[in-house]
Amino acid sequence: MATAKKPRLAVWKFSSCDGCQLSLLDLEDELLTVADAVEIGFFLEATRAEVKGPYDISLVEGSVSTPHDIKRIQKVRRQSKVLITIGACATSGGIQALRNINDTDDFIKCVYAHPEYISTLETSTPICEHVKVDFELRGCPVDKYQLLEVLNAALNGRKPNIPTHSQCIECKLSGTVCVMVSKQIPCLGPVTQAGCGNICPSCNRGCYGCFGPAEAANPAALSHHLLEAGMSLEQASHFYRSFNANADAFRDESARLEELNG
Amino acid sequence: MAKTTSRIIKVDELARVEGEGALKLRISQGEIKDLQFRIHEPPRFFEALLRGRIYADAPDITSRICGICPVAYIMGSSQAMEDALGVRVTGPLRDLRRLVYCAEWIESHVLHVFLLHAPDFLGYQDAILISKDHPELVATALRLKKLGNRILEVIGGRAIHPVNLKVGGVHKIPSKAEVQSLAEELKWAIETSEGLVKAVSAFDFPDYSYDYNCVAMRHSDEYAICEGRLVSSKGLDIDIASFEEHFSEEHVSHSNALHGVADTGKPYLVGPIARYNLNFEQLSPLAQATAKDCGLPRMIDNPFMSIAVRMVEVLYTCQEALRLVENYEEPDAACVEITPRAGEGFGCTEAPRGICYHHYKLDDQGRITFAKIMPPTSQNQKQIERDLWGVVERYMDLSDDDLKWRCEQAIRNYDPCISCATHFLKLTVDRD
Repeated sequence: MATAKKPRLAVWKFSSCDGCQLSLLDLEDELLTVADAVEIGFFLEATRAEVKGPYDISLVEGSVSTPHDIKRIQKVRRQSKVLITIGACATSGGIQALRNINDTDDFIKCVYAHPEYISTLETSTPICEHVKVDFELRGCPVDKYQLLEVLNAALNGRKPNIPTHSQCIECKLSGTVCVMVSKQIPCLGPVTQAGCGNICPSCNRGCYGCFGPAEAANPAALSHHLLEAGMSLEQASHFYRSFNANADAFRDESARLEELNG
Repeated sequence: MAKTTSRIIKVDELARVEGEGALKLRISQGEIKDLQFRIHEPPRFFEALLRGRIYADAPDITSRICGICPVAYIMGSSQAMEDALGVRVTGPLRDLRRLVYCAEWIESHVLHVFLLHAPDFLGYQDAILISKDHPELVATALRLKKLGNRILEVIGGRAIHPVNLKVGGVHKIPSKAEVQSLAEELKWAIETSEGLVKAVSAFDFPDYSYDYNCVAMRHSDEYAICEGRLVSSKGLDIDIASFEEHFSEEHVSHSNALHGVADTGKPYLVGPIARYNLNFEQLSPLAQATAKDCGLPRMIDNPFMSIAVRMVEVLYTCQEALRLVENYEEPDAACVEITPRAGEGFGCTEAPRGICYHHYKLDDQGRITFAKIMPPTSQNQKQIERDLWGVVERYMDLSDDDLKWRCEQAIRNYDPCISCATHFLKLTVDRD
């Protein structure tokens, strides 16, 4: 057996649907090779074995939404050389961040008979609001091949090759016809980061923002077209309010549209 | 004072499940004093955040309840909305839904059987360690799992959180050529699954049984997946709209997941064993014969056999998927016509882990004013606690470490999806 020490990997979960860490198990063709390249120190969804930290690479899924989460993420950071957040919950707060613009007490009462049993924060926030993050991988869920690229880069000490341009560029590169121009279908592609493989426009559907705001996005300009195409102010505001509702560019634009709606 | 031996067994973070949970167990003088199965997955308030959204947003938002079984949420919410809006999805579109749901069963079941549960029966910490000794077994399982994901991609546009499914149908009609390209791998999968049912049925099942009140959907023409009536082993036979008259949720202090209870106040069982016990005769002749040949009883009361039942269901869904693929004709329209209106609707489907119930109310613009979702794991949670009680009584003499592992194995019988149930596990065994 090789004696060279393999990098120790940990996978952590906060508030989330488990879909992003499942992306790792969904790498059916590459899983065993990846598992062979690292020492899995902590990965609850896959193994009951546990190796104590420190860890060379930590992948963090999920958002911070309880008082306990805040303490836990600080502990994870202390134990991790490289901390990479994966998915919309970890990078923006996730769909559960819709509570940030609503009354959390009201939310608890709506779902639970005994609100006193529930310990939760008023907000759901991205990991980077609490600790230093070395790389953020977007997506709801993340793209498994982008995840493989980020892991590969971290294992080899290089910068991951993850584009930050918009979905529009991805559509043009792959020759997908623009659904907004050709079919007047509302699309968040112009303001959303590429990476999913332009799957929605390929299905005759407008992008709905799984990968969060692209670099230098200009959502106000897009909203103008959405309204012109017949969306109501409420519909346009809601369009930005999904899995990345708490990402700055989307949050600010949805709030502006809501205010215009009165 | 009597001599006391006190044992506290804790599983703080349950592994090989989806989401976060724990178990706390206190045993005094050979008796269980306290047993709590906790879900500390943080609450995400889906039912609250749906209010005010347009009906069409429900499938995409609710799919994010669970990355393992998003199709269950997409289907349940879509059908509930269709019920509220007075439309029905039939013909080839309905067949496409059943096909994509079969794919989710294949992907989810194979993930659970081989990557999450088999290590307990084979004595390994995880599947990666199994692959060191039995590389061909893990490679075969991964190929089968990949097929489930590939069908999801062809029909749904993406494996996790598919994008091509919507209220009323699909965004884009998958071409006949794309769908039929799945046939060859499905033929391999049927043959392979037959062998895997045999392999899994030969596992050593711990000795424990319970007289379950099984609850599942039943459909007159097929092994129910997407639709049907709700039936139970105690003779219940109801329309899904009456679900809340017969089942409710309890909120207990030790868990962020609501516990499902039947109107008798007792636990009930949903999932593979419930479906198998209630609807066995509707499985394909090959699935029935394979189960019999492997020595699986007609009525299963040992929850540890759930792993074998999952594999029987994988065999069935591979055959069913092949049938749907071979008979597929492209529908004339991608989606039925919908006019927003006020209404109330119900949706219930068989998620891989059991029935998943949705209930919504809409205003006259089609906005959601009320949402209620009962995922399978919250319905099973009370039964899981009951099983744990029995398993601990039966295996009290095991060492703390072995008892802890046995308890974990018992919980994994349910393939608990803790992310879903929050609205789920660490084990603490405390022996005095």
